[in-house]
Amino acid sequence: MKYASRRAVGLALTTLTGLAAFLMVGMLALILLDVFVNGAGHVTWTFLSQPPSDGMMGGGIFPAIIGTAMLTLLMTVAVMPVGVLTAVYLHEYAAPDSRLARWVRVAVVNLAGVPSIVFGLFGLGFFILFVGRGMDRVLGHEELYWAQPGILWASLTLAVLTLPVVIVSTEEALRAVPMDHRTASLALGATQSQTLGRVVLPGALPGILTGAVLAISRGAGEVAPILFTGAAYFLPDLPSRLNSQFMHLGYHTYVLATQSPDVEATRPLLYATVLVLLLLTFALNLVAVIIRTRTRRKAAGAH
Amino acid sequence: MQQGLTETMAVPRLSAAARRRQLREKVIAGFITLMAFTGIAALLLIIIFVAKEALALFLEPEARHEAGLSKMFLPQVARQGRPATFTWQPVSNIPKVSMIPLFIGTLKTTAVSMLVAVPVGVFGALYAAEFAPRRLRELLKPVIELLAGIPSVVLGFFALMVMATFLQETLGLNTRLNAVVAGLGLALAIVPVIFTVAEDSLTAVPRSYREASLALGATPWETAWKVVLPAAAPGILAACVLGFGRAIGETMIILMASGNAAIVSADFGDSVRSLSATIAAEMGEVVVGSPHYSILFFIGVQLFVFTFILNMLASTWTKKVIKRLTGSAS
Repeated sequence: MKYASRRAVGLALTTLTGLAAFLMVGMLALILLDVFVNGAGHVTWTFLSQPPSDGMMGGGIFPAIIGTAMLTLLMTVAVMPVGVLTAVYLHEYAAPDSRLARWVRVAVVNLAGVPSIVFGLFGLGFFILFVGRGMDRVLGHEELYWAQPGILWASLTLAVLTLPVVIVSTEEALRAVPMDHRTASLALGATQSQTLGRVVLPGALPGILTGAVLAISRGAGEVAPILFTGAAYFLPDLPSRLNSQFMHLGYHTYVLATQSPDVEATRPLLYATVLVLLLLTFALNLVAVIIRTRTRRKAAGAH
Repeated sequence: MQQGLTETMAVPRLSAAARRRQLREKVIAGFITLMAFTGIAALLLIIIFVAKEALALFLEPEARHEAGLSKMFLPQVARQGRPATFTWQPVSNIPKVSMIPLFIGTLKTTAVSMLVAVPVGVFGALYAAEFAPRRLRELLKPVIELLAGIPSVVLGFFALMVMATFLQETLGLNTRLNAVVAGLGLALAIVPVIFTVAEDSLTAVPRSYREASLALGATPWETAWKVVLPAAAPGILAACVLGFGRAIGETMIILMASGNAAIVSADFGDSVRSLSATIAAEMGEVVVGSPHYSILFFIGVQLFVFTFILNMLASTWTKKVIKRLTGSAS
């Protein structure tokens, strides 16, 4: 091939791949623009602080915001200890080629790929029908108490779903703690658990927090797993017990978008709800990015 | 004899405090090891408890009569004198539980999304890894992360509210919600997956490959296209397989934008119903323990098995590319 035509093909390929990249950025911009333009005007204090009214055609999303927050809080409390300790096992305690560690890694990879709706089925089959029924039988509840959809079961389901996120990011954080810190601590006579608690985990804390934030932002947006483990169509009251059902921003979006009796009337509410949900997840992602870059810079400065 | 030997070896006697400390270390290590089983346990519990609820289909005669394997996968005569068809109509006087329309729906939306997401994701990754100026590249990655962070219910909403109308007007489709709309919405969700994994394996290709190729007189695009891309091929394949798995399992986008009608046809402009959306749409109103309920769990088992296989393939291929590149570079 002549040099000129080789250059032409090169230019074409660069343009083509650049277009693909531009298309992704463009779609993101389009989505954001659409949601902001149509939603920003309706996000008012009343909207944020009132429950829905007029059969979902008026009012606000206060119970959905609180429901989402409570759900993700419970989820975080459940997933963090398990996820962090699993990562600690993989990075600090397991022998490099240990069989158990290999199995744990395979499980984590596959857990990350299980469809979210299957987590919903699992939550229903395991938490509600197996654990919940068992608890009702043991505790002697006559009617269904634990064996029904509720915020506890939904958050535990989400905790299983976000487990891989926490494990992977914690392991990355542990990897970033320099080996010298561990050997120095051990050389001073500290035991392995003392080293872990006073040197390794504090050093990895920013990375672990990043993982928590990422898990929260992932968990807060998932709707499929909570469809039949606890989310409710409409509840004026906030969840008061662990077995209460709850409203949720994502589920509310789904309900408004697909089951509204009057599409035009709910449109502004729908856009405003989506905007709140998007801002929430983006804010969380931004926090994660900031923590990450700050620790990276600090680590780069230390060496 | 043996005993006498150890006695004379005189192991240094540990103080009580040291022994307590040793014991505590063992307990902590044991506890952490125990916690590590949670991931494995979760995966096992998922398969056990999803499969358990589906098991009635094969064990209970009543359920087997209403929804046996032949009813799910072979054409059935709904009314006498009519030709046998594939129909999904689990709630009617005579439940019709053919899974074929759901398979067709899933394949249609997945096909549309892959046709769009694979070229866009892989080319975008090639641009980011090979052609883009460094500044642009460092901007591109967080933007894609942002796209990946959008909850799928928002993408479903966008497909439903904006893309559906636009596509109907430009393509002149019969129905507003169909396989094309759902598939394109789905593409938005899987493009970041494909991009990220593909970009990772492209940047994993050692610099020496590029330098050698350039030194031989190849242009940058020839290096990218004929050296870097083939070297990262298993990783790119893994990216596509991973995206495929996500597309099969994704629920909310399809539930909101596909029209949810179980139609057997080859037309991508028709409404479709996917496996995952069927679970989401019908589980809320089903009688616990009924054959219909068991079928929905059986669909869950199928989704689990599909994605499990795809994930194992993808992770093997990703490992392969890392091994190949680091193995030959060192």
